Amino acid sequence: MARKAITGNGAVALALKQVEPDVMSAYPITPQTEIAQNYAQYVADGDVVTEYIPVESEHSAMSAAIGSAAAGARTITATSSQGFALMWEMLFIAASLRLPITMPVVTRALSGPINIHCDHSDSMGGRDCGWIQIYGEDAQEGYDNAIQAFRIAEHMDVRLPVMTMIDGFIISGAIGPLETLADDQVKEFVGDYQAVNPLLDTENPVTVGPFDGLHGWYFEHKVSQNRAMDNAMGVIETVGAEYGKLTGRPYSHFVAHRLEDAEVALVAIGSAAGNAKTVVDQLRRQGQKVGLLKVRTFRPFPARQIAEALAGVQVVGVMDRSDSFGAEGGPLFTELRSALYDSQPRPQMLNFIYGLGGRDIFPGDIEEAVALLERAAAGEAVAQSRHYLNLRED
Amino acid sequence: MEQVTEIRWHARGGQGAVTAAKMTAEVALSQDKYFQAFPEYGPERSGAPIVAFTRLSDQPIQVYSAIEHPNYVLVLDPTLLDVVDVTAGTGDGAVIIINSEESYDSIAGRPDMTGKKVYTVPATKIALETIKRAIPNTPLIGALAQVSGLFPLDGIVDEVRTSMSKKFSEEVVNANLEAVKRGYKEVSGE
Repeated sequence: MARKAITGNGAVALALKQVEPDVMSAYPITPQTEIAQNYAQYVADGDVVTEYIPVESEHSAMSAAIGSAAAGARTITATSSQGFALMWEMLFIAASLRLPITMPVVTRALSGPINIHCDHSDSMGGRDCGWIQIYGEDAQEGYDNAIQAFRIAEHMDVRLPVMTMIDGFIISGAIGPLETLADDQVKEFVGDYQAVNPLLDTENPVTVGPFDGLHGWYFEHKVSQNRAMDNAMGVIETVGAEYGKLTGRPYSHFVAHRLEDAEVALVAIGSAAGNAKTVVDQLRRQGQKVGLLKVRTFRPFPARQIAEALAGVQVVGVMDRSDSFGAEGGPLFTELRSALYDSQPRPQMLNFIYGLGGRDIFPGDIEEAVALLERAAAGEAVAQSRHYLNLRED
Repeated sequence: MEQVTEIRWHARGGQGAVTAAKMTAEVALSQDKYFQAFPEYGPERSGAPIVAFTRLSDQPIQVYSAIEHPNYVLVLDPTLLDVVDVTAGTGDGAVIIINSEESYDSIAGRPDMTGKKVYTVPATKIALETIKRAIPNTPLIGALAQVSGLFPLDGIVDEVRTSMSKKFSEEVVNANLEAVKRGYKEVSGE
């Protein structure tokens, strides 16, 4: 295992290079990230034999990926921000055609006002498009998740597209340490691609994407997608454990940190989970009973396991890097509150919205959130569930 | 978090602050340390004030926010001193290293730095004499090594040689090595 200094974008591009899929389609202009740029360089340098399709929009990037995957090729693309938004309608089609496309997403804000910085509005907005969603904290997790995504997507009990997230700029543009596998280790872990009903198998012709109207099977088809999500729950764990044997870095749906005797706990996703872990460790040294749950798998959402991990916690603070306008809270919060509804005793839940448009989240902001959780645990009435961290109030 | 060393770089676009933050990270890699290097993201315009950050530690680093309370501040351009508060967030005893041919007390319009440890190094002069370009980043890395003791000079020399030899001629590599060594030698203050 080699160690190197590399950006989050570089780490993810390297993972893709080591897998060396058959086809990458990508929009080559901003808001695209260096992941697509680096991969294009690998192709140009002859480091990979991947067919690279530079397309005229992100809608076309996903359309080309769908065509390629339906034809029978192991296919990837990459996106971020407005590009993700432009792919929107095709994301649903990729999932409903059960095409195991994988796609790193560098999570960034959506306009307007125009803003290029980190938040989760793009990927969280796409949480119901039928893709598996896996979030990473740092460049290492971005690399590791990008590799595991192929095994999860292509598993015969799953066959769903997988997107793996890293935080825009905070991780994608920062240089950090990365432990890499050798190319042959990655290729062996991922294995050979097996196409299902490929269009290019002319001996066995199939129709892809036909009309399925009022008296058709649309409803049953949608249920089958959800069953594949159920299957993915176990496959993600199996693949994560196997990857752990190879690398010493096992993965599951989430990481429970110091929850065993915690009275209050934070739930976070993405890079902020690292900031929160650092604060939790510091507060633990001062004797405060606080824990952290870092979410990795958001779709399928491991609701039951998360409820078990948080059992006994009196007040749970959920940190959201995107808002859901007019809802009871951000996407992670509403998911968590639903997951914990059946818990006995049911914990109090507070939501902390932070970091929109790249607004920094400092350790002090997280300490403030924990202090509010502790006041609520001590019996102080906290009227509303939604709070904002590091918000400039006039 | 006590064991994390936090460095903030102030420069103008084009002076190589991001490269310096990155090179420091690569030196840390070669020393088997943990590290993080990142710019404050924004429009990158040549000549405009920019900020970059480096964190170093013997333990994994899991804070990703901007550095609020740097232990070391490196100022690549002394004309920034009356434009940007380079001491923002620094505590007593923080080390400030400024690219200047003059001692700090001789710099006109200098802000008050009572309680800070202030050093200067003629980094632009060294850069012009060695690499023949006004890019003061490598002499400042040498100065940082001398003042902080974070890395041995040999460690930086080896790393700069390894990383630059892939892309540049021996002449360019040697000029940069000379710049690092002179920064290490010529930094003064306190």
